[in-house]
Amino acid sequence: MKLRATARLRALIPALALAGCTGWQSAIDVHGASAISLKHLIVMIVATCSVVWALVIATLIVALWRRREARESAIALDPRRQRRMTLAVGGAVAATVIVISAFTVSSFFTTRQLTAAGADNLTIKVRGLQWWWGVEYFGSKPELRFETANEIHIPVGRNVRVQLEGLDVIHSFWVPSLAGKQDLIPGRPNEITIRAERAGVYRGQCAEFCGLQHAHMAFFVVAEEQRAFEAWTALQRDNAVASSDEEVIAGQRVFLSRPCAACHAIRGTAANGKIGPDLTHVGGRKYIAAGLLETTRGSLAAWIADPQTLKPGNNMPMVPLAAEELRSVSAYLASLK
Amino acid sequence: MAWIGAYSRPVPLVHSCHMRTFPGFLIVALAAAGCQREERQLRLDPPVVAALEQIALMPNRISGTPPQIYFALDRPYEENAYNLSQGKRLYSWFGCKACHADGQGGAGPAFLDGWWYYGPEMVSIFASIRDGRPHGMPAFRDQMTTEQIWQLAGYVQTIGAYSAKTAAPSRNDEKQTRPAENRAPAAKLFDEGPTPVHTDQGPTP
Repeated sequence: MKLRATARLRALIPALALAGCTGWQSAIDVHGASAISLKHLIVMIVATCSVVWALVIATLIVALWRRREARESAIALDPRRQRRMTLAVGGAVAATVIVISAFTVSSFFTTRQLTAAGADNLTIKVRGLQWWWGVEYFGSKPELRFETANEIHIPVGRNVRVQLEGLDVIHSFWVPSLAGKQDLIPGRPNEITIRAERAGVYRGQCAEFCGLQHAHMAFFVVAEEQRAFEAWTALQRDNAVASSDEEVIAGQRVFLSRPCAACHAIRGTAANGKIGPDLTHVGGRKYIAAGLLETTRGSLAAWIADPQTLKPGNNMPMVPLAAEELRSVSAYLASLK
Repeated sequence: MAWIGAYSRPVPLVHSCHMRTFPGFLIVALAAAGCQREERQLRLDPPVVAALEQIALMPNRISGTPPQIYFALDRPYEENAYNLSQGKRLYSWFGCKACHADGQGGAGPAFLDGWWYYGPEMVSIFASIRDGRPHGMPAFRDQMTTEQIWQLAGYVQTIGAYSAKTAAPSRNDEKQTRPAENRAPAAKLFDEGPTPVHTDQGPTP
C-alpha cells in the first residue's frame, strides 16, 4: 500500500513539472511570433543534443560489453583495424562540426529574425523603475499621448515596437510567452518587438536583479482584438471622470491635499506628480503595485495604509491617514475605471 | 621567541614568516568583522513617525534639538547610507535642483560652500524643508512625509558637510558636476574666509 503511494507520488512529480511549463508566463507555452521561433530553436537544440547523447551512451555501452578480440601482439599493426578506427573517429569529428555549425547558423538566423521589424508598427515606450513599469502610448497628435503603469495592452497580430528605457538601475523586460528578454539600461535606449498571435493575458517580469523588490516587479501584457484595443486606448486617453458620489469626492480631496499628489498624476485633476505610477485609470487595471495585489478597494486601502509591510523597501511612503480618509481615498481610487 | 634576541644575527626568512601568521590572522578576522551589513529601517511605526516630527526650534527658527526618539534610533539620517541614498533620490524627485542645482545654488542658496543661512544642524535643515523659509523656499509639509523630510535633510547636510562622513549615498550615473558627497569636508575645499558671524551659521564665504 505504502509502496503504491510512493509510486503514485513519483508519477506525480513529472506531471507537476510539466504543468509548470504551461500558463501565462512560460517560454514553452508560446503565443508570440518571437517566442515561437525561439521555442523552435530550443526544441531543435534539445532534440539534437538528446540524440547525440543517446548515441554516445550507446557507443559506450557497446564498447563495454563487446568481447575483446584475441590478438597476437598488442603492438602489432593491423591495417584493416586502423582504417576502421580512422573512419570512426573522423566520422565523429565531422558530425560534431556539422552539428555545432548547424546550431550556430540557425541560432544566428533566429536572432536576426527577432530584430527585423515589420511595417505595421505600433510604438510604445516602457520605462523600468525600482520596482514598477511605466508605459507610454503615443498618437498622431500630442494630445493622444497617455501614460499608464504595469499593464500593456496590444492588438493581436500586429508588431508592437517597445522602446525600453531604464531610469535608475538595469532592468530586463521579459514576457516569456511572447518574446525573449531585453535589458533596460540607464542612458542607453533599447527596444524589442513583440507580437501576440492569440488574444490573452500574458505575465511578464523583470529578468535582471534590480534590488530589494526585484521579485515583485511584474507586469501584464493584455493582447486583444483591434476593436477592443481601440476601445481601451480611447478610454485611457480620457481624463478621470468626476463622480457625484460623496465618498469619492471626499477621497479626491484627501488625495489632492496629502502627499499623494506630489508623486502621482491623475489626469483631469490638479495631481500631476511624475515620480510614481500614473493613477488616472488605476481602478481599471488588473493589479496594483506591479503585480503584487489584485485591484480591489480593499487591496488599494491595504497598500496605502502600509506599503512597507506589503513590499518592503519600495519607494511609496506610508502616509499617515485617519481611518475615514483611508476609506474615502481607496473608494476614490477604486472608482477610477 | 626569546631565542631571537639570544642570537645576534638576522632571523631567517622562514621563521619570520611564521611570526607573521598571527598578525595576518588578526587582519583577516578584523576584515571579516567588517562584513556586518548596515541596518536598513524600511518601515517606521506610526508612533515613531509622529515622535520624529516633534523638533524643538529656537525662537528665531534657527537651530534647536531633535526629538528624543532621534537619539534613541541612533541618529539614523546622518550616517546611514540607505537613508542618504533615499535622500538623494528625493532631492531630484522633489525638484530641489530647480533652485539649488547640484548643490551650487541658483535661485536658491548653494550648499556646497558650507555656509548655512539657518545653521548646519539637522533640525534647522528639517525645519527649512518642512516649513519653508522666507524669500522663496516653499514648505514641503504637504508633499512629503516626515520620514522623507528627514532623509532629504540628511542628504542636504552631506552636500555641505564640515566633516567627511563615513557613509555615502549611491553613485551618480550622470555627469559629475561637483565633488562626491563623502569627499573631504567643505571646510577644506573652500576658502573659509573670516570667523563665523553667528556660531550656528558656520563660516562666511
